Amino acid sequence: MKASEIFKFAAKSLTGHSLRTALSLLGVTIGVAAVVILTALGEGARLYVVNQFASLGTNLLIVIPGYTETSGSFGYGGVPNDLTLDDAQAIARLVPAARRVAPISMANDEVAYHERRRQVAVLGTTPEYREARQLDIARGEFLPAEEVHRGSPVVILGDKTARELFGGVEPVGKIVRVAGWRMRVVGVLAKQGVKMGMDFDDIAIVPVATAMQLFNQNSLFRILVQAHAYSDLELAKDEVRQLLIDRHDEEDITVITQDAVLSTFNAVLGALTLAVGAIAAISLSVAGIGIMNVMLVSVSERTKEIGLLKALGVGRRQILAAFLTEAALISSAGGLVGLGLGWLAVRVLVRLYPALPASPPTWAVVAALVISVGVGVTFGLLPARRATRLDPIAALAGR
Amino acid sequence: MIHLEGITRTFQVGDQPVHALVDVTETIAEGEHVAIMGPSGSGKSTLLNIVGCLDRPTSGSYRLNGRDVGVLEEAELTNVRRHEIGFVFQFFHLIPRLTAAENVELPMIFAGLPKAERRRRVTTSLDAVGLSARIGHHPDQLSGGERQRVALARATVMQPQILLADEPTGNLDSQSGRAVLDLLDEMNDAGLTLIVVTHDPKVAHRADRIVVLVDGRIERRVRGDQIGEILAMLAEEDEG
Ligand SMILES: Nc1ncnc2c1ncn2[C@@H]1O[C@H](COP(=O)(O)OP(=O)(O)OP(=O)(O)O)[C@@H](O)[C@H]1O
Ligand SMILES: [Mg+2]
Repeated sequence: MKASEIFKFAAKSLTGHSLRTALSLLGVTIGVAAVVILTALGEGARLYVVNQFASLGTNLLIVIPGYTETSGSFGYGGVPNDLTLDDAQAIARLVPAARRVAPISMANDEVAYHERRRQVAVLGTTPEYREARQLDIARGEFLPAEEVHRGSPVVILGDKTARELFGGVEPVGKIVRVAGWRMRVVGVLAKQGVKMGMDFDDIAIVPVATAMQLFNQNSLFRILVQAHAYSDLELAKDEVRQLLIDRHDEEDITVITQDAVLSTFNAVLGALTLAVGAIAAISLSVAGIGIMNVMLVSVSERTKEIGLLKALGVGRRQILAAFLTEAALISSAGGLVGLGLGWLAVRVLVRLYPALPASPPTWAVVAALVISVGVGVTFGLLPARRATRLDPIAALAGR
Repeated sequence: MIHLEGITRTFQVGDQPVHALVDVTETIAEGEHVAIMGPSGSGKSTLLNIVGCLDRPTSGSYRLNGRDVGVLEEAELTNVRRHEIGFVFQFFHLIPRLTAAENVELPMIFAGLPKAERRRRVTTSLDAVGLSARIGHHPDQLSGGERQRVALARATVMQPQILLADEPTGNLDSQSGRAVLDLLDEMNDAGLTLIVVTHDPKVAHRADRIVVLVDGRIERRVRGDQIGEILAMLAEEDEG
C-alpha cells in the first residue's frame, strides 16, 4: 500500500470528524503561535538592547579618573591626578590600537537665546566624539577640527534644545549664550534619544577646551577611546592603562570596555529568549497532550472500525501508520496555521511598537514546526498503538 | 479445505474458565455451504472467529488448505484474512464517513491494488449485489438490506475462497434477508465456500450441511433438508 493512500485514508477520517479535528488543530495552532510570538518578543527585546548599544558606538574604552578594583562602583582610592587633555593626546599619539580619542568634559548649565533659556547638559569634546558615538547632524556641522587646547566659541545644540530655544527660526549661525558666554551655533544634532543615560536631544556640545575654561575645570570627566577592531580592544585597554600609569606615576584611572556590558546584556537577553522559548515549548507539549486525548477518543470511538480493518486483513503496521498519519496531519496543519497566525501577530506588534524589532528567530520557527509534528506523532503513538493492539473480535462487538 | 482437529477454546473469566469450544473436529470441503446452529452461548461465533483467523484455539489444530494456521505469525494471519477469507457481520460494519464505493474499495486499498483495478472491481462487485445505482451513497442513505449487500460486496471484492457470515440476516426484514441469502447462494454456486452462523431455520435450510453446537461441542451433523430434526432437537434442548 502506497503512502499516499494511507495519507488519503487519514485525511478522510479527519475531515469526517471535523469538530474533533478542529479542536485538536486549535491546540497545536495556539502552541505554535505562542512559540512564534514569545520568541519574537524575546528576540526583539534582545535586538533592541543590542541596537541601543551599537548606536552608542562600538569597540569603545572609557577612561575614568580614579582607581577602582571592580568596575561596578567607582570609589576613589586616594586623590587622583587630573585626567588631562595632554593625557588624551598622549593616548592618541602613543597607543597604536587607538583609532579615535575623544576627551570629555561635562557640566550642567544654562543656554540662552534672547529671552529663552534652558538648563541643559553642556558637553565639551573634540570632533572625534561624533564618530565614536555615531551622532548624526541634522543641520550645519559638528565641532571644527582645531588644536585641542584652543577652544573656539562654537556650540552644537541637541534637537530638543534647538527647538525650545529657536522655535521655527534657523539656529545655525545665531549667537547663543552658554553659561553666559557668547557662542555661535554651528550645528544641530539629529534626534538621537537617550543613550547610556545621556539625553542627546537636550544638550549643548562645545569644544573641550572651551568647556574646561567655561567651568573652570582642570580634569576631564572621561576619555573615550575607540579601538580599531573588537580584537584590539583588550590590547588597547592594557596599553591605555599602562600609558596613564606611566604618566601619572600611579594607577589612578579606571579603564572599562563598553562591550563587556553589551555582551553581558546580550547573554542575559539570549537566555531570556531561550526561557521564553521553553515556556512556549511547554505550551506545545500541552497541545500535544490535547492531540493525544483527541486521538484516544478517536481510537475508542472507532473501535469497531479498527476491528473491521483487522477482519479485512489490514495489518498492524498499516493501522499504526494510518493513525500516526492522522496525528502528524493534525499537528503539521496546526503548526502551519499557528506559524501564520504568530507571524501575523508579530507584524501587528511591530506596527504598534516600531521601536521593538520583534521577529521570531529562525531556530524558533523551525523548532516550533519540528516540535509540533514531533509532539503530534509522539503523543499520537500511544493511541495508535492502542488501536493496533485491539482484539478484533472484542473491537467488532464494540467492547 | 478447512480441517479442524480437536479444537478447544477456553476463556479465562477471573479465575473461572469458560469452555467456549470443546474438542471440535470438523472438515469443510471447498465450495461447501455449511450452516452452524445452536443455542445462544454455544460457541458458534467463537468457532467462526477461529476459522476466520481472528482468534486462535487454546488447543487443537487448524489446517487451511493443507497449511497449519496455528504456527503462523500475526502478519501471516493478516495475509490469510486479506486474501482467503471474507467476513459478513450481523451489524454490517460499514464505515459511515465513506461512500458505498469507498467502503468496498477499502480492503483493496490496504492490500495495495492499483487504482484502476480497484475501480474496476468496485463496479463489478456493487453490480453483482445490485447496487450500481447506490455507488456514491453513504451508509446512512441506504436501507439495512442495501447496507448488508454493500458489506457483502466488500467481503468478496478481494476474491476470497471462504466467506464467513455471522447472523447475516439477523438485522434484516425477511424480504431484504432473502435478497442477501440469494446472493450468498449465488456466490456459493460459483464456488465460494460459505459458512453461515444462524438461528434462523430458513437460513440454515439453504445449507448443504448443518452443524449443531451445544455447550461448545458438536452435537449433531445433518443435511440441510433435514432441518426438521434439528428444530426438534433444539426445542428439546431448550426444555432440558
Ligand atoms: N472474550 C470472551 N471472554 C470470555 N468469555 C467469552 C468470550 N467470548 C465468548 N465467551 C463465552 O464463550 C461462550 C461462547 O460464546 P459465543 O459468542 O461463541 O456464543 P454464540 O454461540 O455465538 O452465541 P450467540 O448465539 O448469542 O451469538 C459463551 O459462554 C461466551 O460467554
Ligand atoms: Mg454469536
